[in-house]
Amino acid sequence: MAKYLLLKHYRGAPAGVNDVPMDRWTPAEVDAHMQYMNDFADRLRDSGEFVDAQALSPEGMFVQYGGEGKPPVTDGPFAETKDLIAGWMIIDVESHQRAIDLAGELSAAPGKDGNPIHEWLELRPFLGEQPPATE
Amino acid sequence: MNETRLREHVPAVISILRRRGADFAAAEDAVQDALLAALTTWPHDPPRDPQAWLVTVAWRKFLDHARSEASRRRREEFDALDPDPGPVRAVDDSLQLYFLCAHPALTSASAVALTLRAVGGLTTRQIAQAYLVPEATMAQRISRAKRTIAGTRLDAPGDLATVLRVLYLIFNEGYSGDVDLAAESIRLTRQLHAGVDHPEIEGLLSLLLLHHARRSARFTTGGALVPLPEQDRSRWDTALIAEGIGILQHALARDRLGQFQAQAAIAALHADARQAQETDWPQILQWYDELLALTDTPVIRLNRAVALGEADGPRAALAALEDLDPALPRFAAVSAYLHERDGDQATAARLYAEASAAAATTAERDHLIRQAARLNTEQR
Repeated sequence: MAKYLLLKHYRGAPAGVNDVPMDRWTPAEVDAHMQYMNDFADRLRDSGEFVDAQALSPEGMFVQYGGEGKPPVTDGPFAETKDLIAGWMIIDVESHQRAIDLAGELSAAPGKDGNPIHEWLELRPFLGEQPPATE
Repeated sequence: MNETRLREHVPAVISILRRRGADFAAAEDAVQDALLAALTTWPHDPPRDPQAWLVTVAWRKFLDHARSEASRRRREEFDALDPDPGPVRAVDDSLQLYFLCAHPALTSASAVALTLRAVGGLTTRQIAQAYLVPEATMAQRISRAKRTIAGTRLDAPGDLATVLRVLYLIFNEGYSGDVDLAAESIRLTRQLHAGVDHPEIEGLLSLLLLHHARRSARFTTGGALVPLPEQDRSRWDTALIAEGIGILQHALARDRLGQFQAQAAIAALHADARQAQETDWPQILQWYDELLALTDTPVIRLNRAVALGEADGPRAALAALEDLDPALPRFAAVSAYLHERDGDQATAARLYAEASAAAATTAERDHLIRQAARLNTEQR
């Protein structure tokens, strides 16, 4: 089994096909989108492949060590930051192909007019901690 | 309370419930419930006969469940069953559980989880912690596995190869948590070896013991990977090595070679060298050829190239790499090592950095980037 991160972007991923901002959808279309995501997660729970799902606020800031005896330096948020993570799902699956198939399925979530948004999701394998003991 | 001793009863108790008429899935659930009860009760109220206690509690759990689920007719049927366990053939029945839990219809992850619960007697929570997934996910994985094999007769002939593969995976793929999965894998392999006489079981047990013997030397106290030639060999466990070699010699004398015996033979030759320079690389190379004759995979060819490099020099090994796909895991790391031995530090440094970016684990990534940094610093 291998763990993968499915990363959803507010900004920074290439534009999807049905790329209408969510505030231009109807409330029913928003509900259908949320329902699709929840159903998808439930199917993964049922198949024993679900690890975690979290959403992030778009409001964030940068923080930096300020030097000996000084408070941390904060900056931002920057409206021009190119990459902005919206949230993630972590899955534990039998194969790389299974991870790709699931990401494709999640990207088919419906958007405007109930059509799939074809959103680009970033798929990243986790690093394990230790190599196999039998080297 | 010795938790391992408690867990040793689990497969026998499942078998006893099955003989009383419970199907595998229900029996396994009931024993898990009894196990959880034992973990809370036994520390302050230990039973005189642990197995009898587990049988009594598990059977009660099973009946409770059957009563709430099943029809009145079914309930009467269970009530009529004889609660006398009869003669205990625990060893034989427990061995059949290995084959059931490693059923070829299961994915390897499901087989691993089911084996750890039904044969190893671990709780779902412990298994989930070991594989870093939520307990609910692991519970679901186990119940799906049980549905997949529902209807399989326990005494149906099993496939030893899949059983050995599952035990090997348990040894290699544990991450964290409070259970030592490598030790658990050895315990389960010993138990199988005690009941089934087969040279490949001996080969696997020997392999696991020989690798386990080196465990404390494989990492620094800070967690950094120490490659085999640099390990402090005085920290290897000589008792485990002696046991592993003894079991291997017994297996090899039977002249039915298999891949685990061949891998154990390679591990034994490493274990036999008191210093890295004393390693008998020509003989290791011969064993890689035996291994390739049994199972020809790119990974074994890559490992053989490393042995070839030690036996015949880095040029011969680099030539052997040319037949392999550079996308293979660890290809860049092996190539980097061989280029360094060949005196080409610049290429080696570049390949170590490349290998680090492609590493599958943090320990390897950190080790490889350290190698690149070392070479780049030396060249400055």
